[in-house]
Amino acid sequence: MDFQIAAFLAVDGIANGAIYVLIALGTVLIFSVTRVLFVPFGDIAAFSALTLAMIQLGRLPGTVLLLVLLASIALALELVSLARHRKWRAMPWAVLYYGILPTLPALAAWLLLGATLAVGWQMLLALALVLPIAPLLDRIAFRPLADASVLVLLIVSVAVHFAISGLALLFFGPEGFRTEPLTRAMFDIGGIPVGAQTVLMVAAAAAFSGLLYLYFETTISGKALRATASNRVGARIVGIRPGRTGTFAYLLASLLGGVSGLLIGPVTTLYYDSGFLIGLKAFVGAVMGGLTSYPLTALGAVVIGLLESYASFFSSQLKETLVFASLIPILIWRSVSSLQVEEEEEDIS
Amino acid sequence: MSALLEIRDLSVSYGKVEAVRNVSLEIDEGQIVTIIGANGAGKTTMLAALMGLLPSQGRVSYQGRTLDDVDVEDRVAAGLCLVPERRELFADMSVEDNILLGGYTYRHNKALMRESFEIVYDRFPRLRERRRQVVGTLSGGERQMLAIGRALMARPRLLMLDEPSLGLAPLIVREIFRIIASLRDLGVSILLVEQNARAALETADVGYVLETGEFSLSGKASDLLHDPRVAETYLGGHT
Ligand SMILES: Nc1ncnc2c1ncn2[C@@H]1O[C@H](COP(=O)(O)OP(=O)(O)OP(=O)(O)O)[C@@H](O)[C@H]1O
Ligand SMILES: [Mg+2]
Repeated sequence: MDFQIAAFLAVDGIANGAIYVLIALGTVLIFSVTRVLFVPFGDIAAFSALTLAMIQLGRLPGTVLLLVLLASIALALELVSLARHRKWRAMPWAVLYYGILPTLPALAAWLLLGATLAVGWQMLLALALVLPIAPLLDRIAFRPLADASVLVLLIVSVAVHFAISGLALLFFGPEGFRTEPLTRAMFDIGGIPVGAQTVLMVAAAAAFSGLLYLYFETTISGKALRATASNRVGARIVGIRPGRTGTFAYLLASLLGGVSGLLIGPVTTLYYDSGFLIGLKAFVGAVMGGLTSYPLTALGAVVIGLLESYASFFSSQLKETLVFASLIPILIWRSVSSLQVEEEEEDIS
Repeated sequence: MSALLEIRDLSVSYGKVEAVRNVSLEIDEGQIVTIIGANGAGKTTMLAALMGLLPSQGRVSYQGRTLDDVDVEDRVAAGLCLVPERRELFADMSVEDNILLGGYTYRHNKALMRESFEIVYDRFPRLRERRRQVVGTLSGGERQMLAIGRALMARPRLLMLDEPSLGLAPLIVREIFRIIASLRDLGVSILLVEQNARAALETADVGYVLETGEFSLSGKASDLLHDPRVAETYLGGHT
């Protein structure tokens, strides 16, 4: 392998890594705030790309149906639970938040069917269609189990993933899609060809990571999210509702997932079940951060991207194996370093 | 005039075990009421139930309205606040962020936020010095101050304190009790749960003694302080 190839693979790996960064950050965000390891999160990314593909083909994306379905179930659950606690005054708000807001994008997609939109607007529409999915799934599947153990939540999460990818097969069919790229421009950086799409991917990952950091550090709503992750009882006794911050975490994570889907759509052919593998690789990256540290998670995701890229050069059949095998040293390292943390914590209390 | 908090026949169970049985208690505006009792008497359980963290039977009304179907977050917004026994601070965040989040229920009112910060920092200058420090690295006494400071930030009308002197050196205990007594000037009523019976009864107006889930004695704090039954069990025998 000469320098040229190594550099080429590095560019490719960093581009992949950028995507994993977004998805891994979302995974950590959801996990730390809600304790749910949201397995269908990769599906959210695939959904946004496939939804965009449908819009570009002039078809009504199945996501519209999914939203209406999920919103109806979530609204029904919410109204029943409000009625049980005799909170009649909260009902109009429930209708707004669970009934109207999530189905607005569906309505827009239906009205705009067949209209010619600029690529930017198509992307925005696809993103809007994908954003409410995870928060609604949270209300339906996870909120009723708020006090369950992490393991129970994980099992439910796997079940939700199977339901979602089954629906994806129904909505998008078994064939793969690619979306229109925003740009086809190529740069030449020191003799290595770099696509503008790659630059876009890296820039988006950097921008969203930066925004997330600012949000957590400077806004009270971001701090409320961290507080919920840090101590749920503590959050409740200052008046923060873990359920509500959970919804917000899902929304924010969906934004990251949705954007990453839009970014890979033009460079990878995506199928109804592609999301799972993407989500799983991002998860390996997140494990490096112990599912708590955002900077380490981002680093881990980039490493996974690079690893995948070089692995595919040496043996394309074994590339997935190599990526997942890297979990073993990561886990050993994590367990050694977390042992030290536990000892430190014992000293404090 | 009705009491600020009125509890009638409150019972709290963990499964089949009744940890608190048919207790009744009243707190008037501006009063400091203390509950003393041995380990495992049910003090923490009772406060958790009043906060809405545990389900309970019986009638509890606050500011004349029943607290049935009022969740924890709405109780906080109504000025019912708890400093829990385990403190429940946000360990990986800064002192200042912890205090800030105490004011979460009125977060859009920046002027009120600033005013409350001053109230907290004036009472706990130590917290102002350490405002950038991560909470996980604070000393036990500083954490206790922070827990009270965070609760004060919520602008409570009734502040429930669960063993504020737990694990603190005598000098700091005295300081904490001085601050608790001074909260009255802010118009805060207090429900104080303590192991340190002497300090608690010296600070409070009214005292209750909780024994295995039931009140065995109650009365003016100054009377309880000289009651031989209290002296023997809770004041270490000598008075
Ligand atoms: N989660 C729980 N499940 C079952 N029993 C519990 C639980 N929490 C407390 N108890 C029991 O309820 C009783 C009252 O406990 P509580 O914590 O209210 O006592 P306390 O008066 O606060 O004691 P201390 O002074 O030691 O803090 C104890 O017997 C305790 O073992
Ligand atoms: Mg206790």
